[in-house]
Amino acid sequence: MYDDDDVLMRAAETLVAKGLKVKEVYSPFPLHGLDPIIGVKRTRLAIAAFMYATGGTCLALLGMWYFMIHDWPMNIGGKPSFSLIENLPAFIPVTFEFSVLCGAHGMAITYFLRNGTLPGMPATNPDPRTTDHMFVMEITTDENHSNSADEIEGMLKDTPLVELSIKDYE
Amino acid sequence: MQREAAIREPLIFGDKSYQDITNDVVGPIEGSAPRTWKILVTLTGLVALYGVGCIMYLIGTGIGVWGLNKTVGWAWDITNFVWWVGIGHAGTLISAVLLLFRQKWRMAINRSAEAMTIFAVIMAAIFPGIHMGRLWVGYWVFPLPNQFGSLWVNFNSPLLWDVFAISTYFSVSLVFWYIGLIPDFATIRDRMVKPLPKKIYGILSFGWSGRAKNWTRFEEVSLVLAGIATPLVFSVHSIVSMDFATSVIPGWHTTIFPPYFVSGAVFSGFAMVQTLLLIMRKAMKLEAYIHTKHIEYMNIVIIVTGSIVGVAYLTELFISWYSGVEYESYAFINRFSGPYAWSYWIMMTCNVISPQLYWFKKLRTSLAFTFVLSIVVNIGMWFERYVIIVTSIHRDYDPSSWGEFHATPIDIGIFVGTIGIFGTLFLLFARFFPVLALNELKTILKSSGENYKKLHNTDNH
Repeated sequence: MYDDDDVLMRAAETLVAKGLKVKEVYSPFPLHGLDPIIGVKRTRLAIAAFMYATGGTCLALLGMWYFMIHDWPMNIGGKPSFSLIENLPAFIPVTFEFSVLCGAHGMAITYFLRNGTLPGMPATNPDPRTTDHMFVMEITTDENHSNSADEIEGMLKDTPLVELSIKDYE
Repeated sequence: MQREAAIREPLIFGDKSYQDITNDVVGPIEGSAPRTWKILVTLTGLVALYGVGCIMYLIGTGIGVWGLNKTVGWAWDITNFVWWVGIGHAGTLISAVLLLFRQKWRMAINRSAEAMTIFAVIMAAIFPGIHMGRLWVGYWVFPLPNQFGSLWVNFNSPLLWDVFAISTYFSVSLVFWYIGLIPDFATIRDRMVKPLPKKIYGILSFGWSGRAKNWTRFEEVSLVLAGIATPLVFSVHSIVSMDFATSVIPGWHTTIFPPYFVSGAVFSGFAMVQTLLLIMRKAMKLEAYIHTKHIEYMNIVIIVTGSIVGVAYLTELFISWYSGVEYESYAFINRFSGPYAWSYWIMMTCNVISPQLYWFKKLRTSLAFTFVLSIVVNIGMWFERYVIIVTSIHRDYDPSSWGEFHATPIDIGIFVGTIGIFGTLFLLFARFFPVLALNELKTILKSSGENYKKLHNTDNH
C-alpha cells in the first residue's frame, strides 16, 4: 500500500523491471501512465459504442421507412411520403437522436457489465482507504513462479511503501 | 508528470491533500443537516407542493384554467418549457464540451451543473406533458403499435423530433452524470460507519472497486460520452427552436433560430449555474475549490453567448425590414412598440446590455455582482421566450382574431411551483450526493493545487 500516486508508479516500474507481474492496482482516481507499466490493454469500449450507434442509425431509418412510407403513407401539406430518399431531410433529426441514444446507452450497459459494477454488487477493494487517499498494488505468487514469496516480499520492501499485508489464499 | 504554467492561478486553494478533498466534500454528508438547509428545504418543499396542487387542478379541470385562448394557444407553458430546457444546457456543456477542450476548471463545477441539468430537464418535460391536457394518453407521442387503424406519429413534425431530442438528452445526461458519480459513491460507502447509509451508498456505488482496468474504461467512457453528448447538446435546442422556425408564423419563421437558441440556452444555463453555485460554495464551505477564477471563466462564457444573442436580436430586426415582407416587418414593429413592448424592453435590457458590464474585470470578478446579474439574466431569458411566443402569435394575419394573453393564478402557480420542485431536488442533491467530482479533482491536485504549484516553483529556481 502506498500513499502517493507517483511513488506507486515508480515502484511499479522498478518491480516490473525486476520481472514481477503486478496483478492489480486499486486507486481512488485514474492514474495516467500506469496502464502500459502494469500491462493493461487499451479498452475496446469506443468501438462497441460506434457499433451500437450505427445499429441505432439503421434501426431509426428502418422504423421511419416502415411507419411513414410503407405501412401508412400520408400526404402532409402537399408533401407525400412515397420514398425514403425524398423524405430523408425530415428524418435526419430523429435518426441522429436515436443513434446517440443507442450509442450512449449501449456503451454504458457494456461498461457496467464488463466492469462488473451493477446495483447491489459487493465492493471488492481490499482496503476501504483505496477510495479515499491510498493506493494498493496487488501481487500474487501464482503469477510470479520465478520468484519465491520471500523474494517478492523483499523486493516490495525496497520500494517506499506504507503498509504491506500478506494474505494466504490457499 | 503534467505541469501547469506557474503564472496560472491555482484551481484548488490551500494546503490540501487527497484526504482533505474527501473530507471537505463527504464531511457535510456525514454530519447532521444544518439548520439553514432544513429551513430552505421546507420553503422550497412548500412551494413545490403548491405547484403540484396547481398541476393536479389543471389536469382535473382542463387547460382552460390557464390564460390561453384561441389566438394565444401557447404562452407561459411553452415559455417555461423552453426556459427550463435552456437552463438544462449548461451542465452537459460544462461536462462534455469543456472535457473535450481539456478545461480543468470544469471539474469543480461539473457535478452540480449536471445535477442542475437533469432537474431542469425534468421541469421542462412537465410542461409539454401537462399542455397535452390528457396526460394519461401522453404515451401516444411514441411510435407504438396501436389499434387506431395502425396510426403512426408524424416523423415530419418538429414536435415529434422534440420528443426524441428531449428524451435522448435527458437519459444520456443522466447516464453521464451517474457514471461519474459511481466512484464517488464508493468513496462515501467506504467512509460511512452507520450500517444503513453504508448499505444505501453500497447499492448506489454498484460495487465499484477502483481497479486499474476499471479506471481505464471509466476514462474511455467519459471521453466517448462527451464526444457524442457534444453534438447532442447543440442538437437539442436546435430542435426546440425548429418547433417555431418550421412554422409559418411571422416572428417564428426564421432561419437564425437554431444557433440563436443554442447560445441563448448556454447563456441562461451558465447564469443559473452561477446562481446556485454562489450559494452552495458559501453554504458548504467550498471556497477552496470554487473561487473567483471559476466564476470569472463562467462570466466570460456569459459575455460571449450574451453577445451572440444580442447580435441575433438585431439581425432578426434588420432582416424583418430587409425582407420586405409586410407581415414579417409588422411582427417586429409590434414587438418593440405594441402592447407587449414592455416585455421586449425587459428582454433587451437584461440580455443585451447587462452582460456587457462583464467587460470590466472588477465586475466579472465580483461575486456579489455576479450573483445579482445571474438572476437578471435568468429573468431576461424567460422574457425572451415570452416575447417570441406571445407577441408573435397575439396578432396574426387576420386582425379580427387579434387578442391578448393574461396569465391566471394557475399559470403563475405552476411556474413558481416548478422552481420549488427544482429547488427541492437540488437541495436534496447537495445534502446527500458528492457535490464535487472527487475523483476528478484528485487528478488535478498535483498540477493545479496551490501547495503543489508552490512546490514546483521552488524546485525550478
